[in-house]
Amino acid sequence: MKINRLGITAIVLAAVGALTLSGCAGGGAGTPAASSDASAIITTNGSEPQNPLIPTNTNETGGGKIIDAIFAGLVYYDAKGAPVNDVADSIKSDDNTTYTIKIKSGLKFTNDEPVTSSSFVDAWQYGALLSNAQLSSYFFEDIEGFSYDEDSPLTGLKVVDDTTFTVTLTSALSDFPLRLGYSAFSPLPASAFTDMAAFGENPVGNGPYMLGSGTAWKHNEKISLVVNPAYDGGRKPANGGLTIIFYANQGAAYSDLLANNLDVLDALPDSAYGTYEKDLGDRAVNQPAAIFQSFTIPARLAHFDGEEGKLRRAALSMAINRDEITKIIFSGTRTPASDFTSPVIDGWTDKLKGADVLKFDATKAKKLWAEADAISPWTGTFQIAYNADGGHQGWVDATMNSIKNTLGIDAVGAPYPTFKEARTLITNRTIETAFRTGWQADYPGLFNFLGPIYATNAGSNDGDYSNPKFDALLKKGSSETDLDSANKDFQAAQEILLQDLPAIPLWYSNVTGGYGTSVQNVNFGWNSVPIYNEITKG
Amino acid sequence: MTGYIFRRILQAIPVFLGTTFLIYFMVFAMPGDPIVALFGDKTPNPAVVAQLRAQYHLDQPFFVQYLIYLGGIFRGDFGLSFSGEPVTSILARTFPVTARLAILALLFETFFGILVGLISGLRKGKLFDASSLAVSLILISLPIFVIAFVGQYVFGVWLGWARTTVGSGAPLQDLVLPALVLASVSFAQIVRLTRASVIETSGLDFVRTAYSKGLSSRRVIPVHILRNSLIPVVTYLATDFGVLLVGATITEGIFNVPGVGNTLYQAIIRGEGPTVVSFVTVMVLIYLVVNILVDLFYGLLDPRIRYVK
Repeated sequence: MKINRLGITAIVLAAVGALTLSGCAGGGAGTPAASSDASAIITTNGSEPQNPLIPTNTNETGGGKIIDAIFAGLVYYDAKGAPVNDVADSIKSDDNTTYTIKIKSGLKFTNDEPVTSSSFVDAWQYGALLSNAQLSSYFFEDIEGFSYDEDSPLTGLKVVDDTTFTVTLTSALSDFPLRLGYSAFSPLPASAFTDMAAFGENPVGNGPYMLGSGTAWKHNEKISLVVNPAYDGGRKPANGGLTIIFYANQGAAYSDLLANNLDVLDALPDSAYGTYEKDLGDRAVNQPAAIFQSFTIPARLAHFDGEEGKLRRAALSMAINRDEITKIIFSGTRTPASDFTSPVIDGWTDKLKGADVLKFDATKAKKLWAEADAISPWTGTFQIAYNADGGHQGWVDATMNSIKNTLGIDAVGAPYPTFKEARTLITNRTIETAFRTGWQADYPGLFNFLGPIYATNAGSNDGDYSNPKFDALLKKGSSETDLDSANKDFQAAQEILLQDLPAIPLWYSNVTGGYGTSVQNVNFGWNSVPIYNEITKG
Repeated sequence: MTGYIFRRILQAIPVFLGTTFLIYFMVFAMPGDPIVALFGDKTPNPAVVAQLRAQYHLDQPFFVQYLIYLGGIFRGDFGLSFSGEPVTSILARTFPVTARLAILALLFETFFGILVGLISGLRKGKLFDASSLAVSLILISLPIFVIAFVGQYVFGVWLGWARTTVGSGAPLQDLVLPALVLASVSFAQIVRLTRASVIETSGLDFVRTAYSKGLSSRRVIPVHILRNSLIPVVTYLATDFGVLLVGATITEGIFNVPGVGNTLYQAIIRGEGPTVVSFVTVMVLIYLVVNILVDLFYGLLDPRIRYVK
């Protein structure tokens, strides 16, 4: 028995060499593009949709990305978040309560069914009906007839003719037309209603893309979308299709981007924050997104009610060094907050009265805390609850250290193992600490960051905040007929929040990502999703 | 022999029932409401939550939920995931991928492990032996994710010899790199087991007898030494195959392999009871079968431990 000793030793040595090498080489450069190819398929990252692909039942980014690509609603948002008519011809109202919507005629779903006003009305009726238990049903709660207690049709929706319908709301909402770009308001073909489960597996839309032939959706692997030739709206693709590859882990997606196996990536793994700008050069993306991060202190906690509560909240807020934490913990991938919304939203400003409370000021923080102690002395430990499966430990610990060092009190994070455990305790109000809260906008409007979270009894008002003055300003803003005066009211409403601080604003998440050497025209939209239809490859 | 196999299969039934019950109970007892988590950071309306809970039988008491699930299994219905996909089709999709990965890794570690271990054992104390021991020590002491990341970076990004992640359909060539990573730690263990066993066997009387009968080492090494050294290695390989089959969560995650480990991890995080229980049940069954096969295989290697009635 003769064995090539050298051969085996070589294999062993190669293995040792490979495994002990630390990854220190720079990113390789690919071949530059010659000219773009209109039939080229763009690959991008995504995640397996958590629910069937039904517009009203998709509330997470994995499915949302697909729904947005295969459906065209009444309006879509441009890169800046301004609504542009897609299927709609006009959306009109005199009183912000009754809207008359006209749609373009001659449009078709990819199964050749026509897109009519019933396509919208029936889809919204389906999405709103209680027994259909759609995750996004709350989008219809302002339409007349909506009920959480029983199955009741939306009486506020009326079909006038094939291309016209009217919507009657329960109260004036100036930003209702702005909301219509959200995917829950997409139309559905009549064939969907015969078997919604089958439709959710193989959806038929009217958007810029459609599912490829065969099994386009390979579960847990990818979904292949091709251009819908019949689409003629403002989002006409400049490429031949979009393949969304599902990654369970951002690290794998980032490696694929570096190896040029992936064209566009819209989420970086935490481990790449330190190196991605060097790895990708000018192909790196880091821009503010419509995501607001905060922690909420419910008023029912001891020491956080009334005048004492106001002082303590302001003191805590001023004890947090946001600039340092966003720089060191997040390597600049977060932007310190200066209000309760996001810089990508029309109407955002960092000049709100009282926004000083979001600036680090150790002396003032100590003074305010001492004033609160004079009302009732502080006892115990200040805690922020968070879910340990979401990568929050770093900033929570840093924030707590900042509070501890400034105010000289005990402050620690309270981790819960899973997201669902933390959310359950928050939802049923059994949590006895402050807790992490985040909000990703559904549509690019200031109201979306305020109404659902801080209005009295609002759906996501987890801190049970209530201030009649704030509610009144929201209501006023909603009944204004022009956007600028509405935004002024919403800004004034935020100035009340800055005094009361039901939640302590921390920072805005940035969207971080990058793209490969073979694609061009990559821009990220207001909602942190790349504008896929504009991307060219070649 | 048939009686023995029959007895072993009968024993598997209570194990099967016991595990499904325990796992179901553990998923049930996990804190937090998976339905609430479906809504992300937004707070759902209680009425919508109640509708969804009823849809997944989550409003029923534990025993009713378990019986509904068990009843489904006997009709071949393993329930639905939250995305509305039958769990049976998730099983049918992910297990072949993981099985391919596991078999590939097993082939690598068996072939290279036994080969290197055998040479090391025969050349005890020589340079090859010393270096293979050093390599195996390094591999055993490195956590698997380090090996995986370095392997992915060096061979995928830097040299470009392999795809960084496993593509759709998990073709065999994409699985080579993850399989090598998975095999690396077991490879080191097998080298050490084989080496020790070969050294021990080489010193036994029957080997000396074989050589003195005039047999060449070409015959003595494979037939007399290797075969008698393999029992501990086979035991190790069998358990290792079980471990590989039930999914290598970390490696599958790093290489984005659409296999069992990856899928199960996400189902646990989401609290998808039917998916978790079904996966674990199938894993238990695989373990049981592999164990029976190993016990039978012993008899082939060493006639002295053949099973008699």
